[in-house]
Amino acid sequence: MNEIRLKNEMKNMPREMNVEKTAPDPAREPSTPMVEIDRVAFFYGNQPALKNISMSIPRNKVTAFIGPSGCGKSTLLRCLNRMNDLVEGARMEGAIRIGGKDIHREIGDVSALRKQVGMVFQKFNPFPKTIFENVAYGPTIHGTKDRNALSAIVEKSLRATALWDEVKDRLNDSALRLSGGQQQRLCIARAIAVEPEVLLMDEPCSALDPLATARIEELMVELKRNYTIVIVTHNMQQAARIADKTGFLLLGELVEFGPTEKLFTRPADQRTEDYITGRFG
Amino acid sequence: MARHAIHLQREIDLLKKKILSLGAEVEESVRRSVRALATRDSALAMLVIDQDSEIDQQEVDVEEECLKILALHQPVANDLRLIIAILKINNDLERIADLSVNIAERTVYLATQDKIAIPFDFPGMADKVQSMLQRSLDALVNADSALARQVCADDDEVDRMNREVYGRVEAAIRERPEQINGLINLLSASRYLERAADHATNIAEDVIYLVEGVIIRHQGPNRENSPNPSG
Repeated sequence: MNEIRLKNEMKNMPREMNVEKTAPDPAREPSTPMVEIDRVAFFYGNQPALKNISMSIPRNKVTAFIGPSGCGKSTLLRCLNRMNDLVEGARMEGAIRIGGKDIHREIGDVSALRKQVGMVFQKFNPFPKTIFENVAYGPTIHGTKDRNALSAIVEKSLRATALWDEVKDRLNDSALRLSGGQQQRLCIARAIAVEPEVLLMDEPCSALDPLATARIEELMVELKRNYTIVIVTHNMQQAARIADKTGFLLLGELVEFGPTEKLFTRPADQRTEDYITGRFG
Repeated sequence: MARHAIHLQREIDLLKKKILSLGAEVEESVRRSVRALATRDSALAMLVIDQDSEIDQQEVDVEEECLKILALHQPVANDLRLIIAILKINNDLERIADLSVNIAERTVYLATQDKIAIPFDFPGMADKVQSMLQRSLDALVNADSALARQVCADDDEVDRMNREVYGRVEAAIRERPEQINGLINLLSASRYLERAADHATNIAEDVIYLVEGVIIRHQGPNRENSPNPSG
């Protein structure tokens, strides 16, 4: 049975196997990095959480941060849209530029930054509103009032997250009635409804079963055509599957950052090797 | 060490034992086939042929073990390179054992014919090939890429010896045309040794991949196999 399926699948494959030609329009993918992290240090009070981190996150790629608990990967992710601003006693040194602009000095206020840098969290957190209202919420507060325009945005966002066919007949149902995987995809749809450039994801699949996880992973690979995705994950196989580049953090230090394939086959640093092979500590 | 790494390490230790045991069997098979040919010992040659099925079974066991580790542990980095190297080395070892069976089959034929002088340095070539095999396995055990590179370099010498054999066998056939069948069998034995050296070289290349993470096949003048005169 499997053999027949395999044969049929192979028959339908193009003879030239370079199927993965997803190179976007060069105008949309300038060689400049989307996010530049420039000698960033971060402190919770006197406690250093990030030490002198510099890295360039490429456009239209998935970049993963991995590392043990407490290594600073979530702190680094949250620096990218200034989520740490509200933490009392926390301060950041260095600079972060998104699209060439310093996020503290050149991008207006925090809400302007967060329109540009969306975020999806570990625990899916749809608003206790309808599916439609969840996705329309961002565009509405950013000034889109026209119902037709909102409907178009909602459909586009739900299609982009492969949720449209599943929910199009019940857009006015409560979002909380969706399954966990659907709720997380709804949160992604909500994040992209305001057309950000960067999508941050903090452990987006840790509460999902393997099937729902696979759908979110597929979605990330799909979404990177239009967005730059940065993900924090404890699941190293997930980083290996979906990330183009991976950074390994340890004790607030960026130990190694490079192409995922290289990091998982020939890591340059012994600490990376020890962590990814499970021989850490 | 993390809990899952302990399980993986246990599986890897077992796999290493299995591949080394296979390596030892294959070394023994080559040793016996070479001695059998040199001494026209068809009983020893038959032993080589009979024991090949056991080597085949070990090869299957090693492959299954590798597949199991890949499926259950999804190894990365050094662990991944080790599994991939062992999968390939496993295949090369089994092929070397097949070549020693081929040599044994030539021996069985030659033993039925009148004794003829071997017109080339068969023991010298056999020693070289056995040394390459032994050192390639030592390089695997000790993760010694410098030793592996020496093995790769030695392959050129065996290729050169094999090319010489053609000239010598050709001359011998001209001198003693009535011995043509025996001489052609000896020529085949030389080719089998040369191919065994190629497989030992493959093993050494896989050790270099394992240790350094670089694939050195098809690179540089030293890595190109000399054209084989037999086609």
